[in-house]
Amino acid sequence: MKHGQAGKRRFSRQRVADNVAAYLFLSPFLAGLVAIIAGPMASSLYLSFTDYGGFGLPEWVGLENYARAFGDPRMWTAARVTVTYTATAVPSVVLFALLLATALNRGVGFLPVYRAVFYVPSLIGGSVAVALLWRQVFGATGLLNHALNLIGIQHQTSWIGSPSTALGTLVVLQTWQFGSAMVIFLAGLRQIPRSYYEAASVDGAGRFQQFVFITLPMLSPLILFSTVMAMIGALQAFNAAYIISGGSGGPADSTLYFTLYLYQQGFVNFQFGYASALGWLLILTIATATAALITGTRRWVHYGESA
Amino acid sequence: MGALRRERVSTPGGIALAAGRPVRTRGGRHGLVGGIAAHPLFRHPLLIGFAWFMFYPLAWMVTASLRPDAAINNFSLWPGRDFTLANYARAWQGVAGVTFVRLFLNSLVVAAATVAGNLLSCAMAAYAFSRIDFKFRGTLFSIMLVTLMVPYHAVLIPQYLMFRQFHWLNTFLPLIVPKLLATDAFYIFLLTQFFRSIPTELDQAAHIDGAGHLRIFCTIILPLSVPALATAAIFSFIHSWNDFFAPLVYLTRTANFTLPLGLRAVGDSSAESAFGALFAMSVLSLLPVIGIFIAFQRLLVEGIATTGMKG
Repeated sequence: MKHGQAGKRRFSRQRVADNVAAYLFLSPFLAGLVAIIAGPMASSLYLSFTDYGGFGLPEWVGLENYARAFGDPRMWTAARVTVTYTATAVPSVVLFALLLATALNRGVGFLPVYRAVFYVPSLIGGSVAVALLWRQVFGATGLLNHALNLIGIQHQTSWIGSPSTALGTLVVLQTWQFGSAMVIFLAGLRQIPRSYYEAASVDGAGRFQQFVFITLPMLSPLILFSTVMAMIGALQAFNAAYIISGGSGGPADSTLYFTLYLYQQGFVNFQFGYASALGWLLILTIATATAALITGTRRWVHYGESA
Repeated sequence: MGALRRERVSTPGGIALAAGRPVRTRGGRHGLVGGIAAHPLFRHPLLIGFAWFMFYPLAWMVTASLRPDAAINNFSLWPGRDFTLANYARAWQGVAGVTFVRLFLNSLVVAAATVAGNLLSCAMAAYAFSRIDFKFRGTLFSIMLVTLMVPYHAVLIPQYLMFRQFHWLNTFLPLIVPKLLATDAFYIFLLTQFFRSIPTELDQAAHIDGAGHLRIFCTIILPLSVPALATAAIFSFIHSWNDFFAPLVYLTRTANFTLPLGLRAVGDSSAESAFGALFAMSVLSLLPVIGIFIAFQRLLVEGIATTGMKG
C-alpha cells in the first residue's frame, strides 16, 4: 500500500472517529435540545392553535387563540406593563453600571472591595427574600416612607399598593442589581489603551469629550451586549412582581408582566392553548426586539480595527 | 447574535501590555464624573454613601430579624435593648409543619444535583465545541447560543405536560433532569470559552501518545479548567438556590417545598405581626449565597468579566 493512500485512509478514519466522539460528547446536549427545548417549542406552537384544558385531547381551533390575544385588553395591559418596565429598567441598569464603572476605573483605592460590594445585589436581587424585603421597604409604613418623613415629606400611602408607583418599585429593584453589568464594563475599560486618552489629551480634548469619543465607542460592543442580555431578561421578569403582588399582578394590573399573565392563563385558569399562544408571542417579541437592537445599533457599535 | 462573538473588546490592549504600560491603573483625569467628584477626597465619601444607601434595606432586614415584631417600625440599624433571637426560633419551625431544615435540605438537594448535572453535561458539550472538529459544529454552536434567548415561560407548558405524563410532578426530577441535559447554554458558552484558551499542543501530544478524546477530556482539559468549572458551579448553585418559578410550577406539596417557596408561603400567610420570623427566614436563606460570594468572589467576578454574562 502506498504511503499517501494509507495516510489518507487514516485521516478519514480519524475524521470518522472525531465525529463519533464529538456526537457522543454532545449527546446530553442534543437530547436536551430535542426533549427540553426544541420539542416543547414545537408542541407549544401546536398547542397555540388548539383549545386544551390539560385533559383529553387538544381541540384544533386554528388562529382563534391569537385572535383572542389581540382582542384581549388584559393581554395589552400585560404587554404595556412589560414594555414600560423593560424600557425603563434596562437603560437605568446600563446607565448606573456605566457611571459606577467609570467612577471606579480611574485608579480608585480599594477597587476590589467596591466592585465586590456593588456586585452583591446582582446575586441576591432575584430571590424571594429580597422581593419580600422590597414589599416591606415600599409599604405604607415601610422604610422609604419613614425616610421621607425624616426629611419632612409626608407620604403615608404604600408605593406597592398604588397603581401609579408599583411598577416603579420593580424598576428600582432591577436597577439595584446593576453590579454584574458594572463588572463587565470595568473589565472592558481596562482594555482601552491609555495612549488613546493621552493622544486625545494632547489634542486638547476634555474629560467629557474623551468619554464620548473614546470610552463610549470602545465600550460600545459591551454596552450593546449588556443591553441585549438585560432586555431579554427584563422581558421575562417574573419573580418580584409575583411576590410583591401576591401573584395577581396588581394593584389594578399595574405589575402584570406578560409572563405573569401567561402563568395565570396556564396554571391558574388551565387554558394551555391560550397560554401557549401567549408564549409564542413572547418568543417572537424577544427575537424581534433582539434583532432590532443589534441591527439598529450597527452604525454606533465599534468593533475595533480587526473587525 | 454578532455581539456574542466578541465578548472581549477587541482593542490593541495587548500591545499596551507588551510595551510594559500599566493598563490597570489610569491617571485620574478621564471619565464622566469630572470636577469635584473626581477628587479622591470626595470620591470615597460619595462611593461609600452610595453603597450605604444601597445596603441600608438589607442591613435593616438583619436588624429587624433580631427585634420583636412590635418594633417593626424602628428603622435604626442597632437592635439595642430590643435584641432577641425569638424570631430565629420561630423561623426554625418553618411553615405548615415543615421545618426550616427540611426546606433548606430540599433546596440543597436540588442545587447540588443541578450543579453536578450542569458541570458534567455542559463540560462535555464544551469539550466537543472547543476541541473536536466535526460536521455541523458551527451550526450547532449557533443553535446553542440562540437557545439563550428562548424564554423559559414559552416552553414551560409542554414541559409541564410531559413531566406530568411521567408522573414527575411533586418530585425534584423536573428541576434536575433538564440540567443533566446541558440545557443551560450559558455554562456551555462559559466553559467553551475557557477550554479554547488551553493550548492545543497538549492534546496533540497526548493524541500522539495514543490517548483518545475521553482520556484527553478527563486527564488534560478538566484538571486544567478547575477555575472555570468552579465558576460554573458557583453560578449554577446560586441560580438554583434563588430559583422560584420552576419550583412554583412543579412543587405543590409543602413537604417538597424549596426555601423560596417556603418563604413565599410564610410571606403570604403572615400578617404584619410575623415580620420578624419572615425576615429571620429570609436572612437564613440568603446566608449560603453571601457565604459563597465571600469565599469565591474573585472567581465570580472573573467569570462574568470573561463571558459578559451573569448566571
